[in-house]
Amino acid sequence: MVDFVIFFTVGVLFVIGAFVASWLIAPHKPSAAKLSTYECGEEPVGGSWIQFNPRYYLFALAFVIFDVEILFLAPTLLVMRSFGFVAFIEIFIFLFILILGLSYIWRKGALEWM
Amino acid sequence: MLLDLLIILIKSAVALAFISLTAMFLVWMERKVSAHFQMRYGPMRVGWHGSLQLGADALKLLMKEDIIPKLVDRWVFIAAPVVVFVAAFLAYLVIPFSPVLYVKDLNIGLLYVFGVSSLTALSIMMAGWSSNNKYALLGGFRSVAQIISYEIPILISVLPVIMLSGSFSLIGITEAQRAFPYILIQPVAFFIYLIAATAEVNRTPFDLPEAESELVAGYNVEYSGMKFVMFFFAEYVNMFTVCALATILFLGGWQGPILPPFVWFLIKTYVLLFVLMWWRWTFPRLRIDQMMSFCWKLLLPLALANLLVTGLVMVLIK
Repeated sequence: MVDFVIFFTVGVLFVIGAFVASWLIAPHKPSAAKLSTYECGEEPVGGSWIQFNPRYYLFALAFVIFDVEILFLAPTLLVMRSFGFVAFIEIFIFLFILILGLSYIWRKGALEWM
Repeated sequence: MLLDLLIILIKSAVALAFISLTAMFLVWMERKVSAHFQMRYGPMRVGWHGSLQLGADALKLLMKEDIIPKLVDRWVFIAAPVVVFVAAFLAYLVIPFSPVLYVKDLNIGLLYVFGVSSLTALSIMMAGWSSNNKYALLGGFRSVAQIISYEIPILISVLPVIMLSGSFSLIGITEAQRAFPYILIQPVAFFIYLIAATAEVNRTPFDLPEAESELVAGYNVEYSGMKFVMFFFAEYVNMFTVCALATILFLGGWQGPILPPFVWFLIKTYVLLFVLMWWRWTFPRLRIDQMMSFCWKLLLPLALANLLVTGLVMVLIK
């Protein structure tokens, strides 16, 4: 844990150091045009914090399910060698339920992008 | 105790120096490889065949004005490049370059690497959202959707390796391949991993998040100066990470005859990196619906089938 904290701190300090170095060297000459939002030279119209495509939300939900599944699966796989057939049946039942779920969202069209 | 801390500190600094040099070398390599694919020379002026070009570029970027636009969410905007770099850097805590060259051997090394590298998705969302720019927001959405989708096939393609080696530790997995590398018995998993990893690091043919022709540059469009460097840097570090992981999981890591282990590790990783650069000039960019259905309807079922078949064969052989 301590090792991780040291490693992490080294990384963060490197980035902050780079920012400070660049802040010391680089020029600072802000102007209204420079500080406006970039839209290929056009005047920006409206804000950007807008409603987004709900497709992304469905994929995020499917991701969470499968990610958690993999975490649950991992310890079983680790002991696969010593447990043999029992572990395989467990994995098979677990995956079978998930594959059912996957085919359900597939049939429902949640994996289509439109 | 204090000595241990000092050793970890030195190892961390060495890891940092190593990935900084690697990232710079990779940018140069990418430019040279791309140039030669197009019958050009690429950078030639600064140093031998442009080898010092990146030093010059780094200095130039250090001296660029760092603009923070007026409408951005200031603190999130500043934090995003820190998170993206740290997420890329943290993976090097466990990656073993040779039997002795590693910072720390965690017994959950593999899960740790995937855990910290998924922080990248968070930082991209932070950058895309806080920029208050439509291109950045759309690029951020696309990038996160892509990264989290392809994370699933990557993880499932790695599971057979855990099953075969019975270990999460990257050193344990490398040593389990003493007799033969796992690519020989897991070719399907290897190719799923490589394809999904290409998408994971946003490279062609899966580079929609930064599609220059429509989104300008995607989530990092509002960034300039040192903050932009961090995004750029992290991209190449992540590229090295996924190739190093492929080397460890499927190609036997540092193991090989005659040459020293560290050299073998680098040779294998750089071959994969070259393949990734090669793909960039071979495949056209996919559409987003093609990309998503390729992941969920082809790679995911294939990876699941591969996992089940591997399990069945292991049980039967036993």
